[in-house]
Amino acid sequence: MSVTREEVAKIAQLARIRMGEEDLDHLVPEFNNILTWVEQLGEVDTSGVEPMTAVIPQELRLRDDVIDADPKTGGGRQDDVLANAPVAEHGFYGVPKVIE
Amino acid sequence: MTDFTQLGVREIRDGVAAGDFSAREVAEGFNAAVEAASALNAFIVATPEKALEAADAVDAARAAGETLGSMAGVPIGMKDLFATDGVQTTAASHILEGFTPRYESTVSAKLWEAGCGMLGKLNLDQFAMGSSNETSYFGNVASPWRKEGSNAAMSPGGSSGGSSSAVAARIAPAATGTDTGGSIRQPAAFTGICGIKPTYGRCSRWGVVAFASSLDQAGPMARSVEDCAIMLGAMAGFDPKDATSLDAPVPDWFGNLDADMRGKKVGIPKEYRMDGTSQEILDSWERGKEWLRDAGAEIVDVSLPHTKYALPAYYIVAPAEASSNLARYDGVRYGLRDLPEGSGLQDMYAATRAEGFGDEVKRRVMLGTYVLSAGFYDAYYTQAMKVRTLVQRDFDAAFAQCDVILAPTTPTASFPLNSLNDDPLTMYLNDVFAVPASLAGLPAMSVPATVTGDGLPLGLQLVGKAMDEQGVLNAGLAIEQRAGFTVKPEKWW
Repeated sequence: MSVTREEVAKIAQLARIRMGEEDLDHLVPEFNNILTWVEQLGEVDTSGVEPMTAVIPQELRLRDDVIDADPKTGGGRQDDVLANAPVAEHGFYGVPKVIE
Repeated sequence: MTDFTQLGVREIRDGVAAGDFSAREVAEGFNAAVEAASALNAFIVATPEKALEAADAVDAARAAGETLGSMAGVPIGMKDLFATDGVQTTAASHILEGFTPRYESTVSAKLWEAGCGMLGKLNLDQFAMGSSNETSYFGNVASPWRKEGSNAAMSPGGSSGGSSSAVAARIAPAATGTDTGGSIRQPAAFTGICGIKPTYGRCSRWGVVAFASSLDQAGPMARSVEDCAIMLGAMAGFDPKDATSLDAPVPDWFGNLDADMRGKKVGIPKEYRMDGTSQEILDSWERGKEWLRDAGAEIVDVSLPHTKYALPAYYIVAPAEASSNLARYDGVRYGLRDLPEGSGLQDMYAATRAEGFGDEVKRRVMLGTYVLSAGFYDAYYTQAMKVRTLVQRDFDAAFAQCDVILAPTTPTASFPLNSLNDDPLTMYLNDVFAVPASLAGLPAMSVPATVTGDGLPLGLQLVGKAMDEQGVLNAGLAIEQRAGFTVKPEKWW
């Protein structure tokens, strides 16, 4: 199955990647080459086969329900969290106006 | 005066511990070598002061009679995929340029704890997506190796190409790598060094920039099996901050190294004899069998029937996970923001990602977006995850008949930079022998075997049962002892 130029443009929009006409010129054939190649997976009889859910089976752990169980992943680190933001004001991330 | 840059991990830590030389002398030697090797472009950022600071701490600890860590005094290169507190971490992308973490990845923190110092952050394929180190925003990395009679720059492999180039060029005794679908083993093979990807979950993924979370695994790259065993021991271990971290003790891999293969069975997968594999690779595989037979092993034929489907399954699973993981780069929380005049939030996302991601990253994010989209999910993603189950079952069946599998690491030796750029698929085929073990989460290692007629290194791959890094390292050691791989790249940089 191959995808059209319009479909690739739609995928770019879903992936939130701005794409010009020139980008699409080279991407559409590359995309179709890759898709044609991965489609050989359709040859494999997978009836009755469960999709893999864990690479190495192990029980999921629960940690104790306490605040800041590990300080590295806990709260109270606003400055650290905002330190790399392109725009941060008043302790928040800054973004362009969302609601008119 | 000793040329410290010729020493490996074990020699450095033993020499420092014995007082034969100071950690500072070693760090100074490597810092100078890094500075002189800019032509390789192996480092994105050099951190000589970090290397010296760690060395001084080791020297002071030794003077005070304190117990030294397992890698005390060893300066290393850190792949720029590991978050390092206060040092720019980019994943070789524009979108993370300038990102300076306020925290340290678990793996790097463990290495500093073991007494390592940081020479700098190593270049890589952007977001670890690539097999030639040509997708970095910070430029291609050159291998220190060249074909005999040619000055053409060769690929160091990828994605851990800065790591492989630096270790092969002896500007770092060892480096961290990460392996999602061959990114430790393929570059190690291309540059004549060793590299091991442990069982999925052995090394914490916390603080490692995520590519494909069900496949990503960190591991060491160094010039000997012994050095890899020491370094893996320092990197591995349970971490509650990683939901898939293995809660298992870390064995003494270095202490238990043993090249005696008597009573061991080595499996030769017949499906790895693929069209397009060079004769020199097939010859090196034959020699690998002889070496392991000489070490006492019995060679047995095994079958991994779904090998052919592993790579296409990987190119659904990995991009799918990448499209999800890379959704976080939105121009809001860190890194680049591109806000065209008068545009809103959605335009900002799209502009930032168009500007900040390279072509290969865009290709994979879009491929992942497509295979996960409504109406296609089952046909692509679910089918790929079923094939992944079958690939793992193949290995389970093979390991009922053998202890470790021997195969080539790559279908060819290194190639010149800019020679395979026209077609992404040709590049993907580089990892055809490496990807099956990644899909199954198994420990796998590349060790140098020989050089081609025109002087380029070739590696052999060992794949072990889950949790049996020891079996992989031991077989690797048996090969290393017999291969006698002592050739070095001639210095041109």
